[in-house]
Amino acid sequence: MIFTTKAMSSFQGRRGFLLGCATSIALISTPALAFSTSKAKALIGDAVNDINAIINSGKPEATMLIKFENVFRDYADVPRIAQLVLGPPSRTASNSQKSAFAKAFQTYLSRKYGRRFREFIGGRVEVNGAKAIKSYYEVTTTAHLQGEAPFSVVFVVADANGRFIDMKIEGISLIKAERAEIGAMLDKRHGDLDRMIADLKTMG
Amino acid sequence: MLFIRYPKIKMALMPLLVLLAACAGPEVASGIYDPFETENRRTHEVNRKLDRVLLRPSSGAYGKILPEEVRNGVGNFSSNLSMPSIVLNDLLQMQIGDAIHNSARLIVNTTLGLGGLFDVATKGGIPVRSSDFGETLHVWGFKEGAYIELPLLGPSTTRDTFGGVVNLILDPVGHMVAPRHRIVVTATSAASSLGDRYRYTDTIDSILYESADSYAQARLLYLENRRFQLGIGEGEEDDLYDIYDESYE
Repeated sequence: MIFTTKAMSSFQGRRGFLLGCATSIALISTPALAFSTSKAKALIGDAVNDINAIINSGKPEATMLIKFENVFRDYADVPRIAQLVLGPPSRTASNSQKSAFAKAFQTYLSRKYGRRFREFIGGRVEVNGAKAIKSYYEVTTTAHLQGEAPFSVVFVVADANGRFIDMKIEGISLIKAERAEIGAMLDKRHGDLDRMIADLKTMG
Repeated sequence: MLFIRYPKIKMALMPLLVLLAACAGPEVASGIYDPFETENRRTHEVNRKLDRVLLRPSSGAYGKILPEEVRNGVGNFSSNLSMPSIVLNDLLQMQIGDAIHNSARLIVNTTLGLGGLFDVATKGGIPVRSSDFGETLHVWGFKEGAYIELPLLGPSTTRDTFGGVVNLILDPVGHMVAPRHRIVVTATSAASSLGDRYRYTDTIDSILYESADSYAQARLLYLENRRFQLGIGEGEEDDLYDIYDESYE
């Protein structure tokens, strides 16, 4: 049946779910750290502890959602994520376009995945391990959600600034999925970045 | 012997075999190899229409009429029926540990789980370690091939399409069940699919109907997730993360 093989549907469900936690964004200063595998693991350990505390807090959904946005603000490199998602067009974009895009993207992400966030409630995420891969670290975790088989979530932590720049849920990269989406939006507007940014603000 | 029992399937397989042989594709499965994009996009539009007018509404009715416990029972029963096929593929891949693990699961769910209606194995720490003939082909060294969107079935690749056909033919349950009972197996599997469509309706809707390019999005998600399942590219560097280093402060 259409798109309903177990694999397709389950990873899509999971994707929506975890991204829900990683919703919105505030621009952050990026401290220059010399990072290490153990620090990367500790960073995601802290992030995951925050997430677990939120989804088991029993607070109203709207409150939890705001706290999730804070997790993203505290542990992720949001301008970098926006730049990676925009892809090649970010090379020719002006600085004001870049920051306008980062802001619009943040709103879009938080709307798009925020609605899915209730799938998280009552679950927990466990950190398994970390390894260095050239310029970044992969921290592997397992998400245990109610009514779902446990599944893999990998956080990608940049060596340059010690913040996470991607999340891969059962192999599906947030950056790649959103880059395809943003790329399609740009194509539909014949590459007009300003128009895409304006429309993005109302989407998600 | 299998082919003698299914002469029509043998005939149907021929074009697929040719396709598999002709379609080596790129050596390393990382990017997207989609030489049939025009045809695939046409199929995608048909699939979307079928989903909108048929599958989505009927899964909605299925989900609303039947209580969750019943839907779970149907899903568990269908999943348990697929276990012999998974064990067979474990053996074909020489994954003896997985074969034992999945056999234990089959036995526990068929007995304690009342014929597979309850998934007591997962609760007892024996979750399914899924496999299929597409994975067996991968283990045997076949390349991924081209991306293909199949009518009704959705995203696939040359290798997985071929694997799916072989899976149907090899399925031990299909050989053990009397012909007059096969309809039950098929109906359970169809009902289980409706249950999945219902369960993941928000996610599937967002991809099919809210994405700027639902074809490209479904293609990416399928390929990335499938490669992850098969352990392709694991631990390798992804240049995704440093392309723009020079311009980044």
